[in-house]
Amino acid sequence: MDRVDETAQVRSLVLDVPEWAGHLPGQHVDVRLTADDGYQAERSYSIATPADGNRITITIERIADGEVSPYLVDELQVGDKLELRGPIGGYFVWQPSDGGPLFLAAGGSGVVPLMAMLRARVGARADIPVKLLVSARTADDVIYSGELGVLGDGQSGVEVIQTLTRAQPPGWSGYRRRVDREMVADVAWPAAGMPRCYACGPTGFVEAVASALVGLGHDPKNIRTERFGPTGG
Amino acid sequence: MTNDNHVDGNALGGLLMDVFGREMTDANGLCGSCGTEHVMAELMVYRSGPGDVVRCPSCTTVLLVVTPLPSGPRVYFSSLQWLAPSS
Repeated sequence: MDRVDETAQVRSLVLDVPEWAGHLPGQHVDVRLTADDGYQAERSYSIATPADGNRITITIERIADGEVSPYLVDELQVGDKLELRGPIGGYFVWQPSDGGPLFLAAGGSGVVPLMAMLRARVGARADIPVKLLVSARTADDVIYSGELGVLGDGQSGVEVIQTLTRAQPPGWSGYRRRVDREMVADVAWPAAGMPRCYACGPTGFVEAVASALVGLGHDPKNIRTERFGPTGG
Repeated sequence: MTNDNHVDGNALGGLLMDVFGREMTDANGLCGSCGTEHVMAELMVYRSGPGDVVRCPSCTTVLLVVTPLPSGPRVYFSSLQWLAPSS
């Protein structure tokens, strides 16, 4: 187990899972914790990386009053063992052979399964055009910001568009509001190109993106969604 | 029912795998109330109680309730008329 700090509230855990059968970008695992008295709590966490032998990376946001995430983010030590179930998910998945163009919309830690898709595209050296819309509260809350900056440099066919909903750094040229239909119309591929669309994040974010896409004429069959509730995690 | 307090059927993937022995988030189901067909992943899931209440996103009728019991998860079928795994 290795750890990578992504933001002040978010940490990635690199896990070695014996007999891991591999997975598809977009899938998740269930992590189960058992207390000394037998009480169990289970949460789902998206896998952030494409298949890589027995190694998977999950990225976890610390939920202040959560039963599972504070332990995983703050207390889990290298060498500790975890109980995992997975991989899980056959709907919110994409692999390079599925083709594109690809529109990815991420609210907060909803970027995690989409990052697995992006990393799979890079790993396959595919030239599938990608637009990624990332919504976060502040610049410091953007997960994988360094990697997204490299990916979105204009050389790789990946365009990264950001909206910061709460506070913006001086000179910010991106969006500064919650996602709405006008924003989706501006940043998504036109419906006529039959793009594959994936939206993941808090339920309100996902509903806003999905309804905007349908309103813009996208085929609902090409819109895949994953909602994680009011605050996530 | 159109608030943000629900998640969706993706979250039930692990539990349903325990019950059905296979991936079920891409299974199709028919709402017996409004007759709309949905993929399991698109269903609304309310997790605030002891079990997960699964509702139709078209008409909000309760389709399933999934309850963890000491013996394992149990699925109560309400208005889900049929469920078919993806081929």
